[in-house]
Amino acid sequence: MEAFFFLLLAVVSIFSGLMVILQKSPVASVLFLVLTLVCVAALFVMLSAPFIAAIQVIIYAGAIMVLFLFVLMLLNLQRFTEGAWSRFQITGVVVAAVLAVVTALLLRAVPLPADSGFLRETPGLGSVEAVGLSLFTEYLLPFEIASFLLLAGIIGAVILSRRRP
Amino acid sequence: MDLSRFNLITIATPLVLGAGVLLVMLVDLLSGRANRRPAQLAALAVVLAAAAVCLATWNTGGVSFFGQVSGDGFASFFNLIFLAVAFLVILAGPAYLERNAIHFGEYYSLVLVSVMGMAFMAAGTNLLVIFLGLETMSLALYVLAGFNPARQSSNEASLKYLLLGSFATGFLVFGIALVYGQIGSTDLARFSAYLAGAGDPFAGYMGAGVALLLIGLTFKMAVVPFHFWSPDVYDGAPTVVSAFMSAAPKAAAFAAALRIFYAPAESLGLPWERILWILAALTMTVGNLSALNQASIKRMLAYSSVAHAGYLLLGILAGNELGAAGILFYLASYVFMNVGAFTVAWMVNRRGEGRYDLGDFAQLGFRRPLLAAMMSVFMLGLIGIPPLAGFFGKLYVFTAAVQAGYVWLVVIAVLNSAVSVFYYLRVMVIMYMRENEALKDVDRIPATFAAVAACALMVILLGLIPGSVLDVARAAVASMP
Repeated sequence: MEAFFFLLLAVVSIFSGLMVILQKSPVASVLFLVLTLVCVAALFVMLSAPFIAAIQVIIYAGAIMVLFLFVLMLLNLQRFTEGAWSRFQITGVVVAAVLAVVTALLLRAVPLPADSGFLRETPGLGSVEAVGLSLFTEYLLPFEIASFLLLAGIIGAVILSRRRP
Repeated sequence: MDLSRFNLITIATPLVLGAGVLLVMLVDLLSGRANRRPAQLAALAVVLAAAAVCLATWNTGGVSFFGQVSGDGFASFFNLIFLAVAFLVILAGPAYLERNAIHFGEYYSLVLVSVMGMAFMAAGTNLLVIFLGLETMSLALYVLAGFNPARQSSNEASLKYLLLGSFATGFLVFGIALVYGQIGSTDLARFSAYLAGAGDPFAGYMGAGVALLLIGLTFKMAVVPFHFWSPDVYDGAPTVVSAFMSAAPKAAAFAAALRIFYAPAESLGLPWERILWILAALTMTVGNLSALNQASIKRMLAYSSVAHAGYLLLGILAGNELGAAGILFYLASYVFMNVGAFTVAWMVNRRGEGRYDLGDFAQLGFRRPLLAAMMSVFMLGLIGIPPLAGFFGKLYVFTAAVQAGYVWLVVIAVLNSAVSVFYYLRVMVIMYMRENEALKDVDRIPATFAAVAACALMVILLGLIPGSVLDVARAAVASMP
């Protein structure tokens, strides 16, 4: 049962991930991205990490995607009208195919263990309480560094959006 | 709660920088539209204050914040390197920014926030902190690379750096995730204990995890084959930013690599050695050969910095104390040579931003003898001519590699250094021997000149007292937990 749902979610998320980059209309791309993110959120639920799943839906599928759609509609982008495959696309497909083969061979040669076992030793790892506790004790410093990371992003946005002289 | 676990001394330097970022933004806001001088002075003051704090808290921190950071001598040593670079580019920057009409206060806050990220990369004893530091540094650099929106090449550099950099970050995060999956922790102490204890350290997810970590870090060092971004980005970015980018982030990436791989390097064994051996040999050779026929001084310096990443990898490969201390010394001298050379490059540029031709240096030896002499110091230092600092950096790193038994790799490195003589000396030949092409005279900019002079002095000074600096570096390496 678990394996079935995992496969279903994995296939849907990879398919919609592909559709994000294959769609001609940007709005359709964004909607497929929402689908990908929701699938990933469902995968988090299966990993018994409900908090991360909720955050994923609220922030990514919710807030950020709405922002994306707004920007797209404000910009009024036109559809890409590209006919034949460009040289880059062909190169990309060839490289991707080679990489896929190499990855498959590697995975056959070096079998990865199903899990290393430490997750089962700590029940309740993904709960809100556990995340909150570790965020404000053990990971307090990384949490604060992340806020400066966002500050750098904000300064960058200010510069990039500055009106050209 | 036990507050002693949050020992602020360990993060005193990045803390001052973080506060400084906010201060500089505020000063810039209050000082009106056209006047950027207060922001620059505030940024210089912040860097000096951070350097003072760094010296005052030298090797007093110890591991803190639940093992996330270590305020040891290693972190202090690197902080001083980063702060020196920041000071120089903030001091030299305004003239360039004014010339291109891009003098905005954000330049200073971005340099400071980037240096703060580097400080966390050097101090982090947890993969998460190192990753966040790297991202903070990179995000600021992406924006700095595109600081001249009017020029297409600057935008291109920014976008290229952002896309490739994010891709490399993906590798790094994936590597961290796999390591976490294997050992259940991102703590570096646990990481090295696991590698030392395990029979086959690369069993399970660890092999893939370490390989991906290596890719993420070598991208930031611009090691072949992950170097393709660096010439384009250094060339397209505003030159003051190139000076900063070619020096400080490379040092930060090596700091992070030493933190992660220095202790376990001995226990990692054969597959690891072989990969690094090939990377080092490729990086030196490709970097030097590509630098040979570059017409643009910026591209030449970019490829030269690729080659230097190759020499530095020898120190990591050696995995002994001299190798690690040698890297510290090498980087301490390298940053001054690179910042100096890039700064002179934009000072003498008289054909506009789009063209950085080596011909700009024609007759510089007679029109501005002092500037030409300093440029010669940088070039000779980059070659590694004694008694300049560059020579001792190479000497230490190469000696360490020989001690560890990598004789053939050192032979390749020495041959490469011989190749590099050609393109570094060409700059000097042009300065002293080529006919004047009736170019405009070089502007006299006191602050920038002072920054270049400081670089040249440091290159000479580090070459005069290499032993005592190496002792400090050794102590710094030994203080790592």
